[in-house]
Order: sequence, then C-alpha cells, then structure tokens
Amino acid sequence: MHIPSLKYGNKLTSSEKIYNFFTTISGLSIFTAEFFKQVFKPPFEIAEIKKHMNELGVKTFPIVSITGLIIGLVLTMQSQPIMQKFGAADFLPGMVSVSVVRELGPVITALIFAGRVSSGIGAELGSMRVTEQIDAMEVSAINPFKYLVVTRVIATTLILPLLTIYVIIIAICGSYAAVIIIENMNFEYYRASVVGALEFGDLIPGVAKTFVFGFIVGIVGAYKGYTTEGGTEGVGRASTTSVVLASLLILIFDTILVKITLWLWPTI
Amino acid sequence: MADHLIVKVENLSKGFNGTPVLDKISLNVNEGENLVVFGRSGTGKSVLLKCIIGLMIPEGGSISVFGVDVLKIPLKKLNVIRKNIGFLFQGAALYDSMTVRQNLEFPLRRNFHFKPEEIEFKIQRTLELVSLSDAIDKMPSELSGGMKKRIGLARAIITEPKLMLYDEPTTGLDPITSKEISELIINLQKHLKMTSIAVTHDLTCAKIIADRAIFLKDAKVAYEGSIEELTSSKDKFLINFFSYDLIKES
Repeated sequence: MHIPSLKYGNKLTSSEKIYNFFTTISGLSIFTAEFFKQVFKPPFEIAEIKKHMNELGVKTFPIVSITGLIIGLVLTMQSQPIMQKFGAADFLPGMVSVSVVRELGPVITALIFAGRVSSGIGAELGSMRVTEQIDAMEVSAINPFKYLVVTRVIATTLILPLLTIYVIIIAICGSYAAVIIIENMNFEYYRASVVGALEFGDLIPGVAKTFVFGFIVGIVGAYKGYTTEGGTEGVGRASTTSVVLASLLILIFDTILVKITLWLWPTI
Repeated sequence: MADHLIVKVENLSKGFNGTPVLDKISLNVNEGENLVVFGRSGTGKSVLLKCIIGLMIPEGGSISVFGVDVLKIPLKKLNVIRKNIGFLFQGAALYDSMTVRQNLEFPLRRNFHFKPEEIEFKIQRTLELVSLSDAIDKMPSELSGGMKKRIGLARAIITEPKLMLYDEPTTGLDPITSKEISELIINLQKHLKMTSIAVTHDLTCAKIIADRAIFLKDAKVAYEGSIEELTSSKDKFLINFFSYDLIKES
C-alpha cells in the first residue's frame, strides 16, 4: 500500500492546498480499499476488537449521556412555546422523539464520537508512527495494519450504533423531564404520544446510518494517525485533522444517506 | 565464501525528493561477522538498515538476505525472512501500551507456537541476559533511556534471530551506559552466535563490537576496513571525524 504524502509548511500556496485536498481523498480511498482487502483475512483479532470497543466505546458513555439528556431537555424547552402558539402542544413529545430518532440522535452522537475517538485514534497511531512502534511491528513480521487499523475500525463501526440507541433513549428521558417541568404531563400520556408518533421505520434508517458514521470515525482517525509525518508536530496535526475530516464526512454522508432513504422509502 | 554471506547489497540506490542518500553502494556481511556502519548524520545509515529489512523500498540495486533477494519476494515470504532478523531501533520503539512482559511476548505469541511455560521461560531468560528481570511488569514510561534500550534489545533477541540490525544502539546514553550496552551487545552476539550490522557514531561502541567497519560519505561507501585501520588513517576527513571521540576517550 503506497499512500501519497501531503505537503506541509506554514505558507502553503493555493496549488499546494489543492494538491493536499486531492491527495487526502486519494490517500483515504487507498487506505479504505486496504481495509476491505484485509478485513476478511485471518487472524480476526477478536480480543483486540473487544478491547477497543471497551476503550473507545464504553468510555464515551458519560459524555454521550450528558449530550443526550441535554438534547432532549433543550429541544423540548425550545419547541414548547412555538408548538403552544400553534395549538399543537400535545404533539410536542412526538415531534421531539421523531427528531431525535431520525436525525439529532445519530448525527450528534456521531459528531461527539468523532471528537473524542477519531482524534484519540489519530494521536495514538500517530505517536506510534513517529516513535517507530509501527515499524517495530512490521519488522517483527506482524501486520500492523491488521492489528492496529482493522481492529479499531471494526470496533468504532460496531459501537457507534449502540451508543446512538442509548443516546436516543436518554434524550427521550430528557424530553420527558422537560415536559414535566413545563406542563406537568402525565407519563402515560407522554409515552402514548411518543409511541404513537414513532414507527419502527423511523429507527431503522436512523440507526443504520450510524454504522457508516462509526466506520468514518475509525477509518479517518486511523488514516491520519497511520500516515503521520513530522514528529510530535505531526501527531498534533493528525489528531486535529482527524476530527475535522471525520466531522465533515459525517455531515456529507448524512445528507447522502437521507437522500437515499427518502428515495428508497418515500413514505417515511 | 559466497555461501556464507548473510547479507549482500549490490548497487543500492535510494534518495528523497531528488537528493540521493545512497548511491549504488555495495557491501557484504559474512556469517558471524559484526559490521559497523559509520557516517555523519543524514548520510543514509539508518536508511540502509531499513532497506535491508524491507521498511523502505530502494530505487535501484539488489539486497540479498540469507541468499534471498528481499526486493523481489512477496510480503508473506519477506515476513518469513524477518522472523530471523532482530532490529534494535534508535529509540527502542517499545510498545507504549504494553508492559515489558507483553512487549517481549508479543513477537513470540504472534509468530511462533510456543507453550505458555516456554514463553515465560524465554522472557525470564532474556531479561536475565539484559540484567532487567525486575522490570518485567513495568510500563515503558517507567523505564530510563538505558533500560529502554536493554528491553528493546531483549525484545529483538528473544526470537533468537540469526541477523541483528542495530540502529544507533548507544545514542542518547551517557558514556558508562553506552559502554555497558556495547558490552551487552557483544556478549549476546557471542552467546547467540549472531551476525550483525550496527549503525553508530560512537567509536567506543564500534571498538567493542566491530569486526569490520565501513564509512558512508556523499552517498557512497568511502572507506572500509578494521576500526584500527580507519582510526589510524591519514585521511583528513577521518581524522576530523574520529578526533572528537578520541579526545572523549582519552
């Protein structure tokens, strides 16, 4: 696998920036192709995948719990006056739950996950690259791509959907808390309103796209870290650019996936 | 003697951004021999080692290790060759997230089919060889520079390779630790009967470990001979290069 190098410097010319843009796209594509080439080959490193799911996923629970709770609370508090103005306050639980399940839950969880995990993977692998730990694996006849990259990308791809479902539940709980504060709504009425508004079809596209987001978070962090150049400065750059690129790709792919979903199931 | 050659490099060329670092260099290393590669910083010494082990692809020439042209074989076959080569990195390159024990057992578990008790025996014995049995459960961040080098050396030799490549084994260490590491290297080589190529600036280290030395200059092998021949040469450049170390030694 040969990945082209980017140009670095304090004052890059416009042509060098354009070169870097296309080099990043081609490098990421080559890196992704290498992932699919190696993912089905043994050894499957199950223990390593479990370890990363624990480290990258479980430790993200506190931050996503707070995020989920706040999404539910704030969205409900912000929407309530407008809904009341149009005499639709009864639809508030349904409106919030559909928003959270279809869009806000998956995208915000993915962005938080990118901020925490993509930068972490970028910094960790970048540090391993500049201190020659990746080279050390290679000279020991161990495939570092399989051991370091494939395991992390599988872990992020599998753990993000679980985190998203958890965030959706927490956000709906947060919304209920807000409804109690504002309107003192009965739980049975709230539950009936949420269940009545949601369909199983809402959950499938919302959660399915988080597999893609999880993959993006893992592959971008790993790509930036694995191809780090330029010592400790390069490690910092890998960490920062991982978050930026992963967040950008999450938003772009979200648009594409929403469009595909609406095209495939126009009634949703 | 050709059948006793462990490493044979012919017309090797490698450059970066159009600047040649190695320009058609050739060298041979015989079985059991310890070759030291001298040269100023940036003259391609580490690049030479990385080309030999397949971490860098040269632009031209051939590299034969154990009689196999490593540039013409697929990765799977290269990995079979690599299992017989140990590499000590300049910064030791210990895996940060693993303890000393895990660092040492990593290549054994991945590449060989040893029983757990055999792995434990090898770890204990290798740590005894580098005099660091007490460090078995420490993390790399808890080790000093000299200890890291010793553990790096232990990890490299635990698979009992036939060829060892040392990239600046004593750089960044104080003179006493440098001498200890150099003596450790030569003792291990005798004990394990290895062939080696060591890249260094350190004359004290070279004097202890070298059977023969080459000097890289302007991307070529400029001088070759025993350490005594190089240090007693009348060549102005060599006199200048070695004078600092000689003053340090005196």
